[in-house]
Amino acid sequence: MGRAGRSAIPSPLVGEGKGGGDRRTSAVGIPPTPNPSPQGGGGQASRDRDADRPVTADPGFGIYVHWPFCASKCPYCDFNSHVRMAGIDEPRFAAAFAREIAHMAALAPGRTVTSIFLGGGTPSLMKPETVGGILDRIAASWSIASDAEITLEANPSSVEAERFAGYRAAGINRVSLGVQALNDGDLKTLGRLHSVAEARRAIDIAARTFERFSFDLIYARPAQTPDAWRAELSEALAMMRNHLSLYQLTIEEGTPFAGLHRAGKLAVPDPELADTLYEITQELTEAAGIPAYEISNHARAGAESRHNLTYWRYGDYAGVGPGAHGRLVIDGVRHALVTERQPEAWAASVEQHGHGIIEDTTLARSEEADEMLLMGLRLAEGIDLRRLEALGGVRPSRVAIERLEKLGLVEHHAPDRLVATRAGRFVLNELVLQLSASFAPITVS
Amino acid sequence: MTDIDLIRNFSIIAHIDHGKSTLADRLIQLCGNVSDREMQDQILDSMEIERERGITIKAQTVRLDYKAKDGKTYQLNLMDTPGHVDFAYEVSRSLAACEGALLVVDASQGVEAQTLANVYQAIDHNLEIVPVLNKIDLPAADPDRVKQQIEDVIGIDASEAVPISAKTGVGVADVLEAIVTRLPPPKGDSKKPLKALLVDSWYDAYLGVIVLVRVIDGALKKGQRVKLMATDTSYQIDRVGIFRPKQEMLPELATGEVGFFTAAIKQVADTRVGDTVTDEKNPTAEPLPGFKPAQPVVFCGLFPVDAADFEDLREAMGKLRLNDASFSYETESSAALGFGFRCGFLGLLHLEIITERLEREFNLDLITTAPSVIYHLHMNDGSTIEMHNPADMPDPVRIDHIEEPWIEATILVPDEYLGAVLKLCQDRRGRQKNLTYVGTRAMLVYELPLNEVVFDFYDRLKSVSRGYASFDYHIVGYEEGDLVKLSILVNAEPVDALSIIVHKSRAEQRGRTMCEKLKELIPPHLFQIPIQAAIGAKVIARETIRALRKDVLAKCYGGDITRKRKLLEKQKKGKKKMREFGSVEIPQEAFIAALKMEEN
Repeated sequence: MGRAGRSAIPSPLVGEGKGGGDRRTSAVGIPPTPNPSPQGGGGQASRDRDADRPVTADPGFGIYVHWPFCASKCPYCDFNSHVRMAGIDEPRFAAAFAREIAHMAALAPGRTVTSIFLGGGTPSLMKPETVGGILDRIAASWSIASDAEITLEANPSSVEAERFAGYRAAGINRVSLGVQALNDGDLKTLGRLHSVAEARRAIDIAARTFERFSFDLIYARPAQTPDAWRAELSEALAMMRNHLSLYQLTIEEGTPFAGLHRAGKLAVPDPELADTLYEITQELTEAAGIPAYEISNHARAGAESRHNLTYWRYGDYAGVGPGAHGRLVIDGVRHALVTERQPEAWAASVEQHGHGIIEDTTLARSEEADEMLLMGLRLAEGIDLRRLEALGGVRPSRVAIERLEKLGLVEHHAPDRLVATRAGRFVLNELVLQLSASFAPITVS
Repeated sequence: MTDIDLIRNFSIIAHIDHGKSTLADRLIQLCGNVSDREMQDQILDSMEIERERGITIKAQTVRLDYKAKDGKTYQLNLMDTPGHVDFAYEVSRSLAACEGALLVVDASQGVEAQTLANVYQAIDHNLEIVPVLNKIDLPAADPDRVKQQIEDVIGIDASEAVPISAKTGVGVADVLEAIVTRLPPPKGDSKKPLKALLVDSWYDAYLGVIVLVRVIDGALKKGQRVKLMATDTSYQIDRVGIFRPKQEMLPELATGEVGFFTAAIKQVADTRVGDTVTDEKNPTAEPLPGFKPAQPVVFCGLFPVDAADFEDLREAMGKLRLNDASFSYETESSAALGFGFRCGFLGLLHLEIITERLEREFNLDLITTAPSVIYHLHMNDGSTIEMHNPADMPDPVRIDHIEEPWIEATILVPDEYLGAVLKLCQDRRGRQKNLTYVGTRAMLVYELPLNEVVFDFYDRLKSVSRGYASFDYHIVGYEEGDLVKLSILVNAEPVDALSIIVHKSRAEQRGRTMCEKLKELIPPHLFQIPIQAAIGAKVIARETIRALRKDVLAKCYGGDITRKRKLLEKQKKGKKKMREFGSVEIPQEAFIAALKMEEN
């Protein structure tokens, strides 16, 4: 992989100091992002911010690249990840990524990429050169926005943290660390290979290396008490900069946890306790100035994951790599694309056909409406009903909205901006179902 | 044409599972009517539903040619008849066309209550009865005990009962010999004018209405002009034929024979079962007595889940009625369920079968409301109202008293379950009339209010006796009862389709059970839902469905959208199967399931 394309990737140079206000713009000129001051912001401010936000924020165009390998499989994880004891033919996959990126660019040419996300699996198992090659290829295929967010998911092990500088040099400007827990016992239960001490060190390195970083925690773990979670989350809040992903443990079908759970060998918090833990999460993050901007994601204003916002705002994204999903508007019609899940089969398909796409479905307008609704209401900013109309030709019925408003589950932040309240986001599946079932075609009066 | 002395017309009487259809299959095979390639199990049960449930609903007939040991070839006409009490009416008309019957009893189980009723009918029709003991290959078979039981309970000689295994074929040839040697040939006069019994009729997509007849006197010929005496209509006969079981056209049906004809008859309702078919120009002087039409005794509401399907439902019911004149329907409108039909059935099995056929053959999603009986309301002003639907109950202050139908039930049950069955009957307001023992089995005769039986009595009976009890009933008359209307309120809104008429002494328990059931059946909503049972304005039971708990997925990114949308689409489909009352969605199955009572 050549390095020639590197200059196309904006590579913010981050000072030694904490993110704070201490920033410089890169050579290609990133517009300054809102100040992620640790003390600033707060829950109260976020409401006002939503109201002021343009009703149709540009959802952006993202590229997702899936690295399908992990060093070991975590017992709760149902992602498309694979363990290869015999080692991974990294150059082969790098070449396949490059070819598939070119294919996706041919499908959706001329776009400006606003974000790139390298997820997995464990993409921090990739050598920095491989990462650089992927980014070069993307930059050679589309134009990259000057402020593009380029995230890599990383495990907080010491080996991987040592590569952070290399990733930064390759063009990565944000890392998302899979910390998951801040106590060693639970890390073991979750099947993680790192220790709390390693995680702390990785966070320190990330903080020094990147302007933006986030880490994940999983809560509602077996035997977790409200006090323990309160303490652990407080600790995490002191360690974070401006973004955290906080996921309730979900028992997914087909995982070892599901088997243990069914056999009664894995006790997860009962619904009441899980609700309490969720409430604690909201309370502490709001107090720390990182309210939920999405069901499980918390950030200071402006520090949200732009890539993930593209999903939730129902923008276009290309999915590259094994089992990656994409949504691309091609000739005015939105396509849902899925690639082959099995890594080697995917690579073989790319080598043979130039891509690993196994499903290409054009979405009906009603399907687009459903997707926009179910993604958009996850966000604290909600959805723009005019865009829903334009996209799907439908609108939730007045009666349905009023009923949900009366129950305090939705509200309007502007005449056409429908938002699920905190209570509403709590029962989002049912809420989305009610609204979607009430969809009525727009009649032109 | 067969000599009348070589004709045998017979039917098979058996309890469900005692092997009637298997025996019929064997008889057909042994007489070489069906090639092995065409042979399938339960060949006479042509409806899918009949095969699945192992029951016979419509009478079927098949002609067999049997070369007996005496060297002569006999014409055997087998009239297959339904075994269930709901279809006793169809049984009686089939029996009227026969001279004999095979009584098939499972040698390991013994006589069951439904068999009893049919055998008594056969005896009333002066039929010769040949007992057949089936399943003698089973280790549990006890032929001697069962023979004794047949003699004790039914009072016929069982010493020459034919032991067989319809499954393995052992003894089936002996059954054929017994038919020709022990059953009498038909009596009749071929010289007399045509007189034929209209046994059944049904609609066939190719031939139109097919009329099944038994010729008593004279002959029925192709091209002949015949008169249906009760309806006083005349037709020219297009086709004459028999079933083998495939249709076979013939020039005529002679005296004593069974077969079918078609004429330009538009619909089944134009024919009346039990009617006399005679020659138009030369009619018989003595028409047959005929049958009284079957009266529906159980009623329920049927509503389309999707209100837009109402016309489809009407059309489907019209089509079903073409073939089943015993089922009645009229439009009903419910505040809760919209437009539908109030339907009358011969019994609970009949109800289940009709609703299942509507759903299966016509692809309709239906909501079935609680079965009800006909109540006689004697009003203060001296008038009487027949009420089929609890929702129609007038203000109780205007009612002087209410009468409800009672039945006499015969239950046969092994000793060890007697206590549980007695308790069940007692709980359902039963009055014991008789209790006798036949070997180790008790024969119970109880009087019970039909409204306690229509719903799940039979299910409960099977459950408390582990399937060993058998049950038969007939209506004995009307009696005054202390009856009230129990209303159900969901989120403070009365749901008319859930209201039932119940004896005052049972109201509180029923109300409590229904509230508990509904609590399980109605999924949690975004708000809490009170469920109340009330008599008039007085609430007698209450439950609360808690509001929905957290149901949001923790993660939903780019790769999750498709799966999540598909789930949403599925949920939306499920939602369509619910009916909304006020703002509460009630699943369609709740209307029936809410009434099931689990008693200990």
